[in-house]
Amino acid sequence: MSLLSIQNLHASVEDHEILKGLSLDVNAGEVHAIMGPNGSGKSTLASVLAGRDDYDISQGSVTFQGEDLLEMDPEERTREGLFLAFQYPVELPGVSTHQFLRTAVNSVREHRQLDELSVSDFLKLMKEKAEFVNLDPKLTQRSVNEGFSGGEKKRAEIFQMAMLDPQLAILDETDSGLDIDALRVVSEGINKLRNEDRAFVLITHYQRLLNFIVPDRVHVLVGGRIVRSGGPELAEELEAKGYDWLLDEAGVSA
Amino acid sequence: MSTYTEHDFFEDVVEQGYKYGFVTDTPSAKAPKGLSEDTVRYISAQKEEPGWLLEYRLKALAHFFKLLDEGKEPSWAHLNVPAIDYQDAYYFAAPGDRVKYDSIDDVPQEILDDFEKLGIPLREQAALAGVAVDAVMDSVSVATTFKEELAKDGIIFCSFSEAVQNHPELVRANMGKVVPYTDNLYAALNAAVFSDGSFCYIPKGVRCPMELSTYFRINEANTGQFERTLIVCEEGGYVSYMEGCTAPMREEYQLHAATVEIIAHDDAEVKYSTVQNWYPGSAEGKGGVYNFVTKRALCSGRNSKVTWTQLETGSAITWKYPSCILKGDGSVGEFYSVAFTKDYQQADTGTKMIHLGKNTRSTIISKGISAGHSNNSYRGLVKVNPKAENARNFSQCDSLLIGDQCGAHTFPYIEILNHTAQVEHEATTSKVGEDQMFYCQARGISEQDALNLIVNGYAKEILAKLPMEFAVEAQKLLSVQLEGSVG
Ligand SMILES: Nc1ncnc2c1ncn2[C@@H]1O[C@H](COP(=O)(O)OP(=O)(O)OP(=O)(O)O)[C@@H](O)[C@H]1O
Ligand SMILES: [Mg+2]
Repeated sequence: MSLLSIQNLHASVEDHEILKGLSLDVNAGEVHAIMGPNGSGKSTLASVLAGRDDYDISQGSVTFQGEDLLEMDPEERTREGLFLAFQYPVELPGVSTHQFLRTAVNSVREHRQLDELSVSDFLKLMKEKAEFVNLDPKLTQRSVNEGFSGGEKKRAEIFQMAMLDPQLAILDETDSGLDIDALRVVSEGINKLRNEDRAFVLITHYQRLLNFIVPDRVHVLVGGRIVRSGGPELAEELEAKGYDWLLDEAGVSA
Repeated sequence: MSTYTEHDFFEDVVEQGYKYGFVTDTPSAKAPKGLSEDTVRYISAQKEEPGWLLEYRLKALAHFFKLLDEGKEPSWAHLNVPAIDYQDAYYFAAPGDRVKYDSIDDVPQEILDDFEKLGIPLREQAALAGVAVDAVMDSVSVATTFKEELAKDGIIFCSFSEAVQNHPELVRANMGKVVPYTDNLYAALNAAVFSDGSFCYIPKGVRCPMELSTYFRINEANTGQFERTLIVCEEGGYVSYMEGCTAPMREEYQLHAATVEIIAHDDAEVKYSTVQNWYPGSAEGKGGVYNFVTKRALCSGRNSKVTWTQLETGSAITWKYPSCILKGDGSVGEFYSVAFTKDYQQADTGTKMIHLGKNTRSTIISKGISAGHSNNSYRGLVKVNPKAENARNFSQCDSLLIGDQCGAHTFPYIEILNHTAQVEHEATTSKVGEDQMFYCQARGISEQDALNLIVNGYAKEILAKLPMEFAVEAQKLLSVQLEGSVG
C-alpha cells in the first residue's frame, strides 16, 4: 500500500479549475520531486493535501496511510504525520517560537498517544533538532518567522519539520531563496531525515537541489496534471530543454 | 509561578465560559431603593462620616441631578447605552449584614470562601506572597491583608472608609483634587454615593515593598458599585497597584461607576494596573455590568511618572479613559491597554495626556481586539499646552478583528498649542488572518489554540507590562474569553 495515493484529483477555486485530474503514488522511503512551470498548480496541490479549505474538490480521492485524507481537518492531517513546508511561511507577530512549537509538538504527541513533553524535555528536543538542521538557536528565541529573512524562514520550516517528525513531508520550494551554503545545509538536514519509513515530496524549480537530494522519481506538473514522470535524469533533461517540448506534447499552453 | 507552563495554561483555558458568575449567599443590609438625599445621608451615616464629607456628597448629588435634568449624560462615546433608571437601583449593600469589619475573624465564612474561589485568599498565612489585598464586596471592604507590615514603612493601605476615619486630613486634602465631582455625570454620581475602594499613601522616599491590590466584587442584585480609590505618592516614593474585578451573572444590568485619583509628587512613580473582568452579559447581550469609570492621575511633581496598564475583557459597556495631567516639569505619563470585546459587548476606552509642564513625555499603546458582534473603540486626546516646551508623545493604536461582524474604531484627538512639541501617531487595523490560522493548523494546532496563540501574541507587549504576579492570570483570562470566538 502506498503511503500517499492521489487518484484523478480535480480542485478548483471560484469555478476556476487548477488541478485537472492529477494522480500520484508515493511509497514510504521514497523521495519524489515535482517540477513544472509557474502557475501549473504545484502549490495548489500542496495546499489541498495540507487541508486548506479554499478549494473545491469536485472529483478524485486522496488516501494517506490508507485513510481518506480529504475527510480530515488540517490539524488532524499533521497529527497523522503529514507536514507541509510552506513556499511562503507566515509571520506570527508576538507568538514565541517556543510556545508555538510546544503547542504543536504536544498536540501531535497527544494524538499519537504519547505523553506530553515536560518543559525541560521540550527544550532539549529544540536544541537537538536545531543542531540537527543547523539552525541558529537565536531564531528559536524570536517570534515565529517575524522579521526572518527569506532564507531564515526556509530553514525554520525544516527545523519545524524535524520537530514534528512527519511520515510524509511536502516541501514547497524550500530551496528557493537559499544561498549555496544554506542549500547544502538544508539538503543535508533532509538527507539525514531520509529513512525507509519516511517519504518526501520536493517541489522545486531547480535541478541543483536534486544534486544534493537524489530523488527516486521526478514528475512534471503542467496545467494541473502530471504530464511526465521519470528518474533523476528527467530533471536534467528539463534543465537542458525547459518545458516547451512537454507543453507541446501534452497539448497545453502555459 | 515559574513552574506554570504554557501547556498548563492551555489546559486551564479548556474550562469554558465566565467562571466567576456565582453568587455568595449572605444576608445583606441595603439602603432604601432609589437615589435621593436620604440615600446619601444613609450611606454617610452607615459609614459614620464627618460632616464635611456628607456636605461634599450632598453637593455632588445636587450637581448630578442638575446634569441629569439638563440631559448631560455623556453621549459622545461610540456606545449605545440603554436608558438607566437611577431610581430603580440600590446604592448601598453591606454583605454579611455589616458595614464594617474590624477583624478578619468577623467576616462570614461564606464570604471568605468565595473570595478564595476567586483566587483571593484573605487569611494572611494563605495570602499571595508579596501582594497586599484589599477585598471589596458591594459597598464594603471586608478585609485588607498585610496592613500592619506595610505600616512599618509608614505606608498606609486600607479601605477608603477606614482612611476617612483614621486619616481624615489626608483624605480631605486630596480627594476630588484630580477628579472634581463636576467633571462628568458619573463622577458626580460617584462622589454622591461612593462606598468603598482603597486608599494608599506612600511617604517620602519609600519604595513600597509589595504589590498593592484591590479586588472588587459585585454580589447583590440590582445594586450599583461606586468604588473610590485614592493614591498619593510623596516625593521619591514608588508603588505598584493593581485592581481586579468580577461580578455574578445576572439578567439585569449592573452599574459600576468608579472614580480613581492618583497624585504623584516630585520624582514619585505610580504604576496602576487593571484586570477588568466584570460580567459581560450573556452571549445574546442580556445583562452585564455597565462600567463607567473616571480615572485620572496628576503628575504634580517634577519628574514624576504614572503608568496605567489595563486589560479590559469584561463588562457589557465600558466607558473609561485613564488619563494623566503632566503638570510637573519632566513628568511622564504612560497608557498601555488591551481591550477585548466579544458577543454584544461595547467598549469605548482610551486616555487623555495633558501636557502642561516642560519636557513632559507621554506614551500611548492601545490594542483593541474585537470578536462576535462587539464594538470596540479607542478614543484618545493628546493635548500640549502653550507653556509645555519640548513635550513629546508617541501613540500607537492597533485593532485586531476576529470575524467580520464586529467593529473597531479609532478616535484620536490632537491639540498642539506649543510648536516645540513632537507628536507621533500610528494606527493599524488587521484581521486574524486565514493564513495565520492555517499555518498553525498545519502544525497540528487546533483552531482554538491557534486563535489563543495569535491573540496573545498580539497583546503580549502590553500584558508583559502587568506585574509579574498577574501577567499569567491576564493571559489566561484573555484565552478564556476567546473560547468560542473561532470562525
Ligand atoms: N485563491 C486563488 N484564486 C484564484 N486563483 C488562484 C488561487 N490560488 C491559486 N490560483 C491560481 O492557480 C494557479 C496555480 O497556482 P499555484 O500557486 O498552485 O502555482 P505553482 O505551480 O505553485 O506556481 P509557482 O511555481 O509560481 O509557485 C495559478 O494560476 C494561480 O494564480
Ligand atoms: Mg508555488
